[in-house]
Amino acid sequence: MEKFVPLGNEALAQGALDAGMSGIYAYPGTPSTEIMEYVQRSKEAAARGIHRQWSANEKTALEAALGMSYAGKRAMVCMKHVGLNVAADPFMNAAITGANGGLIVTVADDPSMHSSQNEQDSRYYGRYAMVPILEPADQQEAYDLPKYAFELSEKHAIPVLVRLTTRLSHSRADIVRGEALPENALAIPANLRQFVLLPAVSRRNYAHLLEKQRDFEREAEQSFLTRYEDGPDKSLGIVACGIAYNYLMENYPDGCPHPVLKIGQYPVPTRLVAQLVEACESILVLEEGAPLVEEMLRGYPFDSGKVRGRLDGTLPRAGELNPNLVAKGLGRDVPEPGYTTPDILVGRPPQLCDGCPHGDTYRALNEALEAYSKGRVFSDIGCYTLGALPPYNAINSCVDMGASITMAKGATDAGLAPAVAVIGDSTFSHSGMTGLLDVVNANAPVKVVIVDNQTTAMTGGQDSPATGQIEQIAMGLGVPEEHVRVITPLPRQHEANVAVIREELGYEGVSVIIARRECIETAKRRRKSS
Amino acid sequence: MKYDIILAGVGGQGVLSIAAIIGMAAVDAGLRMKQSEVHGMSQRGGEVQSHLRIADRRIFSDLIPAGSADMLLSMEPLEALRYLPHLSPDGVIVAEQNPLVNIPNYPALEDVLVALRAYPQATLVDGQGIARALRATRSSNMVLLGAASAFLPLPAADFEAAISKIFGRKGGAVVAQNVEAFRQGRGLTTTAQAG
Ligand SMILES: Cc1ncc(C[n+]2csc(CCOP(=O)(O)OP(=O)(O)O)c2C)c(N)n1
Ligand code: SF4
Repeated sequence: MEKFVPLGNEALAQGALDAGMSGIYAYPGTPSTEIMEYVQRSKEAAARGIHRQWSANEKTALEAALGMSYAGKRAMVCMKHVGLNVAADPFMNAAITGANGGLIVTVADDPSMHSSQNEQDSRYYGRYAMVPILEPADQQEAYDLPKYAFELSEKHAIPVLVRLTTRLSHSRADIVRGEALPENALAIPANLRQFVLLPAVSRRNYAHLLEKQRDFEREAEQSFLTRYEDGPDKSLGIVACGIAYNYLMENYPDGCPHPVLKIGQYPVPTRLVAQLVEACESILVLEEGAPLVEEMLRGYPFDSGKVRGRLDGTLPRAGELNPNLVAKGLGRDVPEPGYTTPDILVGRPPQLCDGCPHGDTYRALNEALEAYSKGRVFSDIGCYTLGALPPYNAINSCVDMGASITMAKGATDAGLAPAVAVIGDSTFSHSGMTGLLDVVNANAPVKVVIVDNQTTAMTGGQDSPATGQIEQIAMGLGVPEEHVRVITPLPRQHEANVAVIREELGYEGVSVIIARRECIETAKRRRKSS
Repeated sequence: MKYDIILAGVGGQGVLSIAAIIGMAAVDAGLRMKQSEVHGMSQRGGEVQSHLRIADRRIFSDLIPAGSADMLLSMEPLEALRYLPHLSPDGVIVAEQNPLVNIPNYPALEDVLVALRAYPQATLVDGQGIARALRATRSSNMVLLGAASAFLPLPAADFEAAISKIFGRKGGAVVAQNVEAFRQGRGLTTTAQAG
């Protein structure tokens, strides 16, 4: 068989294909994007006709996956951690409806915030919804996981949360593939009220979910992702969750002398934890992300001081783990690096590409705004967020997808008028349209600049859901036609663009200015592939 | 056997294609490998690094512990300086000597090169110059790979086979160009080592 050296994301995707998945749903977001991209490239997925188009956002993606599960087939939905905030409503409620065909919700967390606004830990969501959570430690486990997860999901009729983190998502290793399973046949739920969450049904389903918690915990205890490895030196016992296990073992290539509980499935297998705590004098908890297991073990407010981890400074409270941090946490001698960086070293922050259309938009916007006091430009998430940095210094916010438009509205409600919202085309279709309706209904003096580079550039140039329809969407939502303006962000159009923006700033109602020119990276890729 | 490499460069410089070639050569030779990559925000002209580990046994961590890399291979001189704390005291540095200046406060190039040359096992390579002379400006990273290959625990033929596989889709001419760039790079360090 051909050698297979996938990213963690790709291993999971191939594992899902080999586990009889019939559809994958996703909105791009680092570090989760390559899961869908792998399936989109797969010849096998094409031959099988597997659903593999991007969705407009994470909420629509999760709901569509739930619909496929309703119809009896195996479905997976993928997103980055903050995507689960957007999809939280269907996620929490899907725990109550339960699944029919196997349903996997894969969420890739980004501890250390390499490409994200925060480092929230999705395991909290899984615990909140009371669904099983799986956390693979390496690429092989990521590949083996979907078969197990779909079976678990179908056996207990429950969605399963799969939690990845950046390092596993974006790291390759050689792995071994297994046999492929066929897809499920179409089969609607035996009980046609299962998915009707009227209070009477919900109460019954919820009671059922509570009852199943014990089963879920037993499954976690017996899971192939969980393992109790005994060791002779009981002065310390170690709980290692997910990828943290690798950093631990990196420190003990010939075997760890201490007992280790490797956890790869939740709810936390309490019997195994109790066994470890009883056997050992003290406990070190290693987990990537938040101190979720550590908090449980400390049992506030009766903390015995026996447990160490991120909360007592043994490990840093924030950020990713690595072998050196874990070595320090273990109290091992960490060799000092032989070399330090010289003083002349400077940082190299990311920046807009040479010739990027966003740069031309910001130059025009900055000039048009010279007549106004500073601090009235709300923005959003995408390549254009780099407009916050020099030389542009053009935007004053970046919070969550779509927030530019609604924050600008709130600011005008407070009297900061006119306010500007700079939002990308993909972000606009993800979560900007409903906010624009609020602005229209209030006829607030918000100038929405949609920087339409006709792609989802920041995450690698995926298709943008509203390409070709933005004017119609704006007008359909009620923006007057004469205030839906289109400009071409090019240096030679600079004066004309400044004039258009100035005109709209002078108008007291809502305006939409579409700055349209294709991302040069996407254009390059398109030319290459055609 | 275990060999850990930090690959460094700026987003868009082809750090990941070098990692892919070394990784493929290692796996084809029956070795285990792990390679962590940077995707996302920093690929927009920011600092990009990849941790590449090859070994003849199981590799646990996807990240190379600080102070223990055997090689620092950088497509850009300033970026080589950034990852020095990752290098083991007897590790080697192979770095492109031509800078990519996309920040206003890029230090004086001479200072950067002097700082690099201060390390006992640093090889600075005019990858861009050599690639230009071959009329293959986009193959400068293959020159760097060639220069680095003399230190790696795999024979040259394994790398050339991996180059052919990875560029095969683009046709024989592209493969030949990249193999030639690789050979010229390799010549720089094999002769230096012999002398
Ligand atoms: C809820 C959520 N989903 C996904 C992301 C990841 N993400 C950040 S920017 C971006 C794409 C933005 O595309 P667009 O608005 O068209 O701007 P461009 O990058 O093309 O300039 C995505 C998907 C996120 N930060 N939050
Ligand atoms: S990838 Fe496209 S949108 Fe992003 S900075 Fe480059 S040109 Fe601009």
